[in-house]
Amino acid sequence: MLSFVARRLLIAIPTLWAIITVCFFLMRLAPGGPFDGEAPVPPEILANLRAAYNLDQPIGLQYLNYMADLLRGDFGPSFKYKDFTVNELIAQGFVVSAQNGLSAIILAIIIGIPFGILAALRQNSVVDYTVSGLSMTGIVVPGFVMAPILILIFAIGLKDTPFQLPAGTWEGGALKHRILPVFCLSLIYIAYLARITRASMIEALRQNYVLTARAKGLPFRQVVMRHALKTAMMPVVTFLGPGIAFLLTGSMVFETIFQLPGIGRYFVQGALNRDYTLVMGVTILSASLIILMNIVVDVVYGLLDPRVRYE
Amino acid sequence: MSILDIRNLNVRFATQDGEVSAVNDVSLSLERGECLGIVGESGSGKSQTFMAGMGLLAANGRPTGKVLFDGKNLIGADEDTFNAVRGDRMSMIFQDPMTSLTPHMRVGRQLGEVLIRHRGVSEAEARAQSLTMLKRVQIPEAERRLDMYPHELSGGLRQRVMIAMALMCSPELIIADEPTTALDVTVQAQILDILRDVKERLNTAVILITHDLGVIAGLADRVAVMYAGRIVEVGDVRSIFADPRHPYTRGLLACTPRLDEAGAGLMTTISGQPPNLQRLPSGCSFHPRCAHVTDRCKTERPLLEVVGPSRAKACFVDVKAA
Amino acid sequence: MTSSTNLTSPHGAALAATEDIQGRSLWQDALRRLLANRAALASLVVLVVIALACFILPSFLPWTYEQIDWDRMEANPPSIETGHYLGTDTLGRDLLARVLFGGQVSMTVGILATFVALLIGVSVGAVAGFLGGRVDQLLMRFVDLMYTIPLTFFVIILMVLFGRNFILMFLAIGCIEWLTMARIVRGQTLTLKNKEFIEAARASGGSTLSIIARHIVPNVLGVVIVYVTLTIPQVILIESFLSFLGLGIQEPMTSWGMLISEGAAEMETTPRALLVPALLMTTTLFCFNFLGDGLRDALDPKDR
Repeated sequence: MLSFVARRLLIAIPTLWAIITVCFFLMRLAPGGPFDGEAPVPPEILANLRAAYNLDQPIGLQYLNYMADLLRGDFGPSFKYKDFTVNELIAQGFVVSAQNGLSAIILAIIIGIPFGILAALRQNSVVDYTVSGLSMTGIVVPGFVMAPILILIFAIGLKDTPFQLPAGTWEGGALKHRILPVFCLSLIYIAYLARITRASMIEALRQNYVLTARAKGLPFRQVVMRHALKTAMMPVVTFLGPGIAFLLTGSMVFETIFQLPGIGRYFVQGALNRDYTLVMGVTILSASLIILMNIVVDVVYGLLDPRVRYE
Repeated sequence: MSILDIRNLNVRFATQDGEVSAVNDVSLSLERGECLGIVGESGSGKSQTFMAGMGLLAANGRPTGKVLFDGKNLIGADEDTFNAVRGDRMSMIFQDPMTSLTPHMRVGRQLGEVLIRHRGVSEAEARAQSLTMLKRVQIPEAERRLDMYPHELSGGLRQRVMIAMALMCSPELIIADEPTTALDVTVQAQILDILRDVKERLNTAVILITHDLGVIAGLADRVAVMYAGRIVEVGDVRSIFADPRHPYTRGLLACTPRLDEAGAGLMTTISGQPPNLQRLPSGCSFHPRCAHVTDRCKTERPLLEVVGPSRAKACFVDVKAA
Repeated sequence: MTSSTNLTSPHGAALAATEDIQGRSLWQDALRRLLANRAALASLVVLVVIALACFILPSFLPWTYEQIDWDRMEANPPSIETGHYLGTDTLGRDLLARVLFGGQVSMTVGILATFVALLIGVSVGAVAGFLGGRVDQLLMRFVDLMYTIPLTFFVIILMVLFGRNFILMFLAIGCIEWLTMARIVRGQTLTLKNKEFIEAARASGGSTLSIIARHIVPNVLGVVIVYVTLTIPQVILIESFLSFLGLGIQEPMTSWGMLISEGAAEMETTPRALLVPALLMTTTLFCFNFLGDGLRDALDPKDR
């Protein structure tokens, strides 16, 4: 298994390199630059700025420099947040995004999976229809619709009541300020997890070996937990792997709506401002996490099903 | 008292395309230590009859009638009642050993959990007995197999594990649903030998469901032939093979190649196709395919009638005379 | 007596034939099942109504989507007299006209991007599945690789760099949505490849290309239709997500995502500016999903 992980990590390097390279040239070759903002900058200052950030060098050299810095773990200076390096921004933002993401994913797992199982066990019952209906709602109602509506209710509608929840402020991450964003963040994952768990549990219960287990006289609970659950969890793991990666790197939508200082918002701001290094930094972090989580998914597969070989 | 007594069993499935009558008015009984073969094409209701008796019908299946197991009716019983009987006094062997074992559990645990469930024994005791049982079904290197996963075993070995699993609690009745269909010919013979051994040494009653008359001949005492959810002929195995009275049984026997007869190269087939269970033909379900069909067959359904010592058939025509 | 005879018995052949006894075609059967599925049928009806409303109704309204009512330069309540049946936004533009026009744009993007995804996905999937071997491995490795990349990032970067334009948007979204389609089509093609009628076509001298076009594609159509129905709402979501972040299409054009974004900004004073486009878009997405599920059940009854 160790050699499997090592090999997969090794394969990940060229993938990551390809992503970085494509990203780099895409941004540098596109028209426009980080310094043509609203107010036109005098040419000499612009030239100075470009020189300060090495943008006046030939692009090949810039690329080599960037890669060299990257190998030393240096994402370079931010073009817009002038007093910060990208490393600092990401370090700050990642803490916020990862805390929220982790809370959301835990919430999603403890709500989504049990309800999915319940719906599968009571297929075509009221419980099933309720769970399926709600999860479909969670999937089709976009976060940027859900969040304003929840804000409308909890931050505005319930103003001056004990149930009021603040929105649009962070206050260094006080618990009360986290509730709405984390809840919004977890909603769609709850919905997806419930839906996927339900479908895969129904499929698992249809397997011949579940019939065998029932024919042995095992109580249904045991049939489900011992014989069906592991198989049913495979699609859930497939979904959760990249899902966790996405959640940890923050949500562009919710961090924008709730004004959270996380890396999702940095990415949006960076993209809008053409803050090359910041966008590159977030993209690299996110891609690495996704690649890593996909390796984790394959390892977990092997734990769930002995037929899966680590090759 | 018969170990199994099925009375007027019906099984209907509610599907989106309408109701399907899988089993119609089936009555059968089975003594302790006896082996009853059930023959029929797929869709003849032979499996569903016994799935109903085990409480293992799909969720949309509805059984009516009675299935008396050791005198106690199981149709309509709750899940706990079934669970107390299943795997303990009555167990089932399924057709496909490749998919009927849980892939992510070691063989030893899958065997042992039957004992832990029904006998409340310890893990160690369950393991010891599992080992004994694996040896009884002639699994080589049994000790090592206990810690293997199903996919590490061949099809024949897996079916032996299935049989061992069914035997764990020394049941009074084993229902074997096409136990050899998915296996190689040589392995089939070995599996049948094991079943014969079980039946003779443990006095276990066996229901042998198959579409293979060869399997029936080797093991069964009596045989029931099913067509479109009904029993069309039932009787002692020898007399049915020697003298089939129902045209369908005759057809089945005729299209089984025999090595001991001249002209073995010429095989007959039953013309036509099995009926659609949602739109059964009027009268006798077999009449559209029957060579001896009369006008009466098209309108009136023949009932199962006694035609000799321990023989019954559901047909108006006296095939011999015809 | 020999213990087994069934392997050679013609009886076995008779058993196999039972599978085909229902003479009705797959499509007739599927249609019947779809019509029996009320949720899917209702969704289809609602979708048609919404589409017709978005594409036809605007020409009968007194106001167009970009027209500013200079007499009423602020958010106005709904009124029959003024012709603003759902009121106006803060710039005095007719909300109903804007929501319907936004629907046109969102749906058009959804359909065009899905079409792009369809073209790429079906070609890649069918070629990989049919040719097999090296080509298959190479293509599928590429698909696997693409799955591990945060593709929405690329769309965002593209939109920022090359300007917010309509064509680029649906091309970019289409280019990231074809992966699953390719996998599904490849799987179907693999199972079809070894069926008798393909053998027959090959034996009678059909070229690879014509076999793919005549025999493979029509037979994977079922899953493709299902997947198309499920991809359109996904694209609409991505488009609205981009618009929400301010990276979608540009004013004065609008889409549901932009309207929601604008509505969210003024929801404290005029909640309907948020709720109306949100409701319409959500309903549309709901219906596409129900219809997709219904189609899947109808075409593949096993998967119920």
